Amino acid sequence: MSDTVKDTAGSLVEVDGLTVDFGGLRAVDGLGFRLERGAALALVGESGSGKSTVASALLGLHRGTGAEVGGTIEVAGLDVGRASEDALRRLRGGTAAMVFQDPLSSLDPYYAVGDQIAEVYRVHTRASRRAARARAVEVLDRVGIPDAVRRSRSRPHEFSGGMRQRALIAMALACEPELLIADEPTTALDVTVQAQILDLLHTLREETGMGLLLVTHDVGVAAESVDEVLVMRHGRQVEHGSVTEVLGAPREPYTRELLGAVPRVDAPRAGRAEPGAETGAGSDAGSGAGCDAGSASGSDGPGEPVLEAVGLHRVFGRGKKAFAAVDGVSITVRRGETLGVVGESGSGKTTLGRMLVGLLEPTAGEVRHDGHARVGVDPSVQMVFQDPVSSLNPRRSVGESIADPLRARGERDETRIRARVRELLERVGLEAAHHDRYPHEFSGGQRQRVGIARALAADPRVIVCDEPVSALDVTTQAQVVALLAELQRELGLALVFIAHDLAVVRQVSDRVAVMRRGRIVEQGPADQVYDHPQDPYTGQLLAAVPALDPAVAARRRSARREPATI
Amino acid sequence: MNGFGGFAVRRAAGAVVTLLALSVIIYVVFYVTPGDVAQITCGPRCSPAQVQQVSAQLHLDDPLYARYWHFLQGIVAGQDYSTGTSVQHCSAPCLGLSYQSDQQVLTLILAKLPVTASLALGSMVLWLIIGVGTGVLSVWRRGRLTERLLTTVTLAGMSTPVFVIGLVLMIVVCGQLELLPFPQYVPFTDDPEQWAWNLLLPWLSLALVESATYARITRAAMLETLTEDHVRTFRAYGVGERAVIGRHALRGALAPLIAVNANNIGVLFGGAVLTETLFGLPGVGREMVEAVKVVDLPVVVGMVLVTGFFVVLANAVADVLYALADRRVVLT
Amino acid sequence: MSEAVLAVETPGADAPGVSGARQFWRRLRTRRAALVAASAVALLVLVALTAPLLTALEGQDPTTYHPSLVDSARGGVPVGPLGGISADHWLGVEPQTGRDLFARLVYGARVSLGVALAATVVQLVLGVAVGLAAGLGNRWIDQLLTRVADIFVAMPLMIVALALLAVVPTSFPRPVLVALVVGLVSGWATLAKLVRAQTLTLKEADHVAAARLSGWGTVRIARRELLPGLAAPVITFAAILVPTNISVEAALSFLGVGVRPPTPSWGQMLTSANVWYQAAPQYLLLPAGALFVTVLALTVLGDGVRTALDPRAASRLRVGTGRKGGRS
Repeated sequence: MSDTVKDTAGSLVEVDGLTVDFGGLRAVDGLGFRLERGAALALVGESGSGKSTVASALLGLHRGTGAEVGGTIEVAGLDVGRASEDALRRLRGGTAAMVFQDPLSSLDPYYAVGDQIAEVYRVHTRASRRAARARAVEVLDRVGIPDAVRRSRSRPHEFSGGMRQRALIAMALACEPELLIADEPTTALDVTVQAQILDLLHTLREETGMGLLLVTHDVGVAAESVDEVLVMRHGRQVEHGSVTEVLGAPREPYTRELLGAVPRVDAPRAGRAEPGAETGAGSDAGSGAGCDAGSASGSDGPGEPVLEAVGLHRVFGRGKKAFAAVDGVSITVRRGETLGVVGESGSGKTTLGRMLVGLLEPTAGEVRHDGHARVGVDPSVQMVFQDPVSSLNPRRSVGESIADPLRARGERDETRIRARVRELLERVGLEAAHHDRYPHEFSGGQRQRVGIARALAADPRVIVCDEPVSALDVTTQAQVVALLAELQRELGLALVFIAHDLAVVRQVSDRVAVMRRGRIVEQGPADQVYDHPQDPYTGQLLAAVPALDPAVAARRRSARREPATI
Repeated sequence: MNGFGGFAVRRAAGAVVTLLALSVIIYVVFYVTPGDVAQITCGPRCSPAQVQQVSAQLHLDDPLYARYWHFLQGIVAGQDYSTGTSVQHCSAPCLGLSYQSDQQVLTLILAKLPVTASLALGSMVLWLIIGVGTGVLSVWRRGRLTERLLTTVTLAGMSTPVFVIGLVLMIVVCGQLELLPFPQYVPFTDDPEQWAWNLLLPWLSLALVESATYARITRAAMLETLTEDHVRTFRAYGVGERAVIGRHALRGALAPLIAVNANNIGVLFGGAVLTETLFGLPGVGREMVEAVKVVDLPVVVGMVLVTGFFVVLANAVADVLYALADRRVVLT
Repeated sequence: MSEAVLAVETPGADAPGVSGARQFWRRLRTRRAALVAASAVALLVLVALTAPLLTALEGQDPTTYHPSLVDSARGGVPVGPLGGISADHWLGVEPQTGRDLFARLVYGARVSLGVALAATVVQLVLGVAVGLAAGLGNRWIDQLLTRVADIFVAMPLMIVALALLAVVPTSFPRPVLVALVVGLVSGWATLAKLVRAQTLTLKEADHVAAARLSGWGTVRIARRELLPGLAAPVITFAAILVPTNISVEAALSFLGVGVRPPTPSWGQMLTSANVWYQAAPQYLLLPAGALFVTVLALTVLGDGVRTALDPRAASRLRVGTGRKGGRS
């Protein structure tokens, strides 16, 4: 047993030839890297790249789970693979502390936050209960939790998402670790809160000099926070270098693909027809303006409203608990255009979407199709849902699901139904042979394509997309977004694109509406809203979006620091 | 806690509604089901005239709603009963008179309650210790022989009716080994030692059967909690397995344990029918069986209501405990 | 397409084209305990079905008294060693009456299983119907039905069953009555609450919303999108109900209010068994053992069914330390 700390002068983390196998499945394959004391490294990759597995391996968390770990890992001189249980326990939380993705589920719901931090502190220091509690308050205060003495007695559910993540970081700080491992620390958070947490991590690093290993799928988050980036794919290293090098001048094709797929909030939508100009024909790829039978062929004048919301209100709950999720929203969707709706969680954007398609009745106001008030669902207005898992019935083949609108319309001819479904499958980039498969056989992106095919089967004129790509990896996301744009051009569809991701919305939208607390704070042409935001909230949102350029990120961070607006 | 008074009021109102509904259901079902109550009450050798007289005396010929109204009046305001020769007053919460003994039903039940309460509370202590202990141990030793052994024993316990375990225990312990006397109830106030000594076997029988359920609940809830993210957090912070299981996992099992235990105790207070019958303990449950055999309707209805009352009460207590244990739950 | 790789990695993805039912059987078959239990249950059902045949083979029937085989002078103890076991009476005779024990035991299986199954059917029909109505109906229907279910959940089963069985005249076919009472008083309310919760969850699922957008009506959506999703929890619950019902029937008969003599029942046989355990131990051991084995087998089978229907929960429970897969 070589538990002894060998050389304090060496690197903080040294990983060499690391492999992790889960029952024959290789999650990490021959990975090696070093992290110097006080430095920051990001592991960037899409789902399935093995990045989180590496993070767990650094703390020896795979021990006893049946996973096979090969290669060597040294953290602050401790050989994690061969360390005794006791040494490992001292490492965990003592030398190296981990911050997890979902701050709500990562804390015990039954105990006060301060007690949980104190418990961890006592494990490592044998301090008295009283001293441990005092330490908990101290670190909570340190991470910017106001009134830390009182708040330390609250349970996690009484905290907001951002506060919870701060509390988790406080727990990590409790024992003054040399290394902080952050596994997707901001993925579950809204963009403005994300910026605060990233700023906090930055400040803490400056002050304590601890090393940071950041695991993230978001290139922007990495650009904001670290000095070095290691891009992973399928458990292997793709590219490793300084953040400016890798993000500024990527050498590997995959890195370029990854960066290319990341939507930019500061770049106008590429190759799109100006609103008001002729719809239908796009500027790239020689696709004709093949309008579908569903749209009236005579009147294809641009800008004609197909779907309108007039003074929509929706209240949930009654009496004292009544809460207006949507509070007076009016929007117009015109033929062939894309209206983007952005907002953070709880802004009411999903409720709005459900009312637009008629799944939810408004408490007040009305939805109009072609100028006529309409109650309930109508096949001409379809929806693409967020969750690729729950949006398809797991017990029916995808062909059956796609055929639903056809059958509901009264189509009885099985050969025609089958032919149409195959056509649709191919149209969305799947294979006709996928007809008889079940949803669990598809990946998230493929399922989302199936959902799009089902929406198309109804020959809609409007498709409301509710966070259609937020559950997908960035490269898949780009493919699905491209598909939607292509379909819109070809079929003359109007799209309502609801999302929390400002960059994606800019990428697809002609016009944008920004929602906050059930109201629209600003709407207008996309470029105008993004480049010259009128409402301060829009400005805040835009300022919080991580920049891909580290230099810009640093400038933005200092800009954010000055006015204590948030 | 804020709004606690409001909760108590809402809860009490809910309990009253539940009990009223229960009484209506019981009343309708019992009085509508075919069967000649008058004949049974009077006895097989009664003449038609005598049966007629009994029927009139017990108001069996009145319409259903009138009788239910009469019954409700009794509960709220008390009732005078003519027992043929004399008039007996039955005060406020009056559940009626027994057809058989002319005794007040509530008095009858309350007289038997100490026996049942002794049985229920005593075995509760045992089943919580045995059940939760088994559950925790099987989680602590999970993946090893101990766990498989405990799970098997638990399964066997769940598959054995209390009267089978009790019967076997009684025959072996009292009959063959003669370690204990055949149980005979001695009131606690008379002789606490004899009280416990005589109840030991009934306690054990009931506890063994019940503890299987508790072991299963404890184990399932703890294993479920162990898969949750926050347990991963504490493991990643070097918190040892003992603290993870004893502090965090066990905590997750508390809520379901409280809920099940409350319901169990509520039902048992209404009579541990099988255990009491088997061991000949003169509790509420055995009284119920006796009343059923002679179709003593007021006793039966009263018994159901009293049991319902205990169940509702126990559940309300459980809700409060539950809310105190888990502040995420909002009392409504 | 780069996504294809991910599909392979998705945990829990089963071989393509295998239907739910076949997966279920495949998983059930791999659990040895469940398999043994299923065999035991199958054997019990066989015994119950062929009871007349089996007793004919022995040459006895469950109701004929054999006064010559019991010693009335000693209070009715069976004549002969081992409680009267002989070539004619394979398992001996009942004390006092001299009725054939084997025949009564075998016919008792009929009553136990028959009553339990019938009660289960009552519980399932009632539970699913009420649960669906509450889940799909408007707020008032939902509140009313939920309140009713709450009352039945809180209802002390044993006490109410006792009371009900007491008042119905003996002319009513007793096993049918017991099944009805057990079915109406217990189990269904819990199932109804389960079905309601599941229905509410499913109703919110996006694929149901998608079906609505397709233009389908409520009935079709309920049939195609909701009911299949209810199958698993309902079957799981039914698998728990059957052994419980067997215990309840035995308990009621033990108390003397269940199945009435001369119809044989295991619970009823145990009523007076403690008096005779020295002279005829099998009079106690046989029905108790039969009861134990039946309930145990059904419980183990129920466990197997549950884990086969929800393999994820099962593997979680088995491994215990199983961690949710990391995001990468």
